[in-house]
Amino acid sequence: MRERNVYLWAGGAMLALYVLVALFGQWLAPYGGNDQDLLNVLAAPSREHLLGTDQVGRDLFSRVILGTRFTLTVAVASAGIAGLIGVTIGLVAGYFGGRVDSAVTGLIDLLLTVPNLILAIAVASVLGAGLAGLIIATTASFVPSLARLIRGRVLEIREEEYVQAAIAIGMSDARILARHVLPNALTVIVIETSLLTGQAVLVGAALGFLGLGVQPPAPEWGTMLSGGREFLEVAPHLVIAPGIAISLLVFACNVFGDGLRDRLDPNYRA
Amino acid sequence: MLGFTLSRLVRIPAIALGVLTVIFFIFKAVPGDEATLMAGATASQADIERLRGQLGLDKPVVEQYATRVVGILRGDFGYSSTFRGNPLPHILARVPATLALMACAIGLTILVGLPAGVLAAVYQNRWPDYLLSFLVVGLLAVPNFWLGLMLIVAFSVQLGWLPSFGFTGWSSLVMPTLALAARLIALVARMTRGVMLEELRKDYVRTAYAKGLDARLVIVRHVLRNALIPTVTVIGLQMGYLLGGSVVVERIFAWPGIGDLMVNAVGARDHTLVQAITLLFVVGFLLINLAVELLYQVINPRLRHA
Repeated sequence: MRERNVYLWAGGAMLALYVLVALFGQWLAPYGGNDQDLLNVLAAPSREHLLGTDQVGRDLFSRVILGTRFTLTVAVASAGIAGLIGVTIGLVAGYFGGRVDSAVTGLIDLLLTVPNLILAIAVASVLGAGLAGLIIATTASFVPSLARLIRGRVLEIREEEYVQAAIAIGMSDARILARHVLPNALTVIVIETSLLTGQAVLVGAALGFLGLGVQPPAPEWGTMLSGGREFLEVAPHLVIAPGIAISLLVFACNVFGDGLRDRLDPNYRA
Repeated sequence: MLGFTLSRLVRIPAIALGVLTVIFFIFKAVPGDEATLMAGATASQADIERLRGQLGLDKPVVEQYATRVVGILRGDFGYSSTFRGNPLPHILARVPATLALMACAIGLTILVGLPAGVLAAVYQNRWPDYLLSFLVVGLLAVPNFWLGLMLIVAFSVQLGWLPSFGFTGWSSLVMPTLALAARLIALVARMTRGVMLEELRKDYVRTAYAKGLDARLVIVRHVLRNALIPTVTVIGLQMGYLLGGSVVVERIFAWPGIGDLMVNAVGARDHTLVQAITLLFVVGFLLINLAVELLYQVINPRLRHA
């Protein structure tokens, strides 16, 4: 148990660091995201350019720092929105049951037959590239599984005696949902959305890499990786730093989520 | 088992129709004129109108939908601007490459992930175990497209051992397979370790040891057989990842599969092609899931007739 708290704190500390970089990136970056040093194109790391420069002479270190904001925005926004929608759908379907439930579950089951990333790509291609499209596509790919999970938990809670008692004394549905069902489902919700954040980083970066996310010249990590793909032979440093930035962020999210799960969920033992 | 298989097979077209309906109407809601998009930037207004008439885009949406459904039943997925016609034969031509990649990834996962999990369980709390948990955490955090790029840097650029893109022989399969399988290997190894540890404490293991069986025999023949079931579950649950991941991995290595085609289709705003590929991915996903369920019953006799 003690060891797991270390996970929670270590993951939390790393995430806090990412948040700080996202908030104050403008002041931390030595150069602007689109400042060009045309004398040093595709330069290897040096004292002037800590991580080297890209194909048009932009400072990679600055771009990785400035990219933190895009990635965190996408990850937090899509996990948050997916959480909100998933919780609403799950609560309504699980609590009211009947026709509402069959209709919702039917649609969810249908969407679950589309692999997660394929769904995100299809949605992104409908919406076109850009930050908003990226967030919606990532969100859309998470809602079905999340809603299903929460519906399952709500079905369990609904059978609990305290809920049955509340129904018996004539408490309104809205009040039961807010006072009894939601608080008891909260553990699952918090754990799952925190683990989703790491997945959202991966899906968001993958869409960026496929050219469906934030468009160049914006410094988004996935987009930067796909730009660096062409210069692997002459400038492999272009693809190293953005990849490490993504991996460490996902690592932090996973560790934090696992730590949270151990702290909050008494039934779960790793 | 035959009845079960048939009942599942019958459901697939129904689900596919549902998915087709959802994506068809979502794509119809896209702002912008389809005929203009398909005709391309150089087309004149007359060309656009002619195309609109030819493709029936001037008809009501419901009629277009009906035409599409009937067309698909006949094997015609509509007009793809990339192929200037029905995209189905072109998509099917790329299926073997994607299947080969996925099969190799699953094979590698079983070949590496299973033994790694067994070793970690047998050497619990000793260095092989620690090494494995470290690798698992790492592999789960690394995005497959970045792993692919790093493999290219290492094995193509630095060492010059492997071709970095396209298909030029069996060596072309090595890096895409590794990039795709890494996450699966990590998950399977972790799962196998956990289940093995549980199984190793059971009575039948003590009995096997007590009657003097060789340790290797106990582990391979008794424990592993039981541990295999959750492993198949994990692989089955990750089929969605495998299909989605193949899109990204094919892109990096310019692997001539369906995923690469899908990304091209999105880039070219060829919505017919995107829809057709999405639909085929869904059908493939359903068929694979069915295969996994059948495999279950083979390795776990307790599930038969359930």
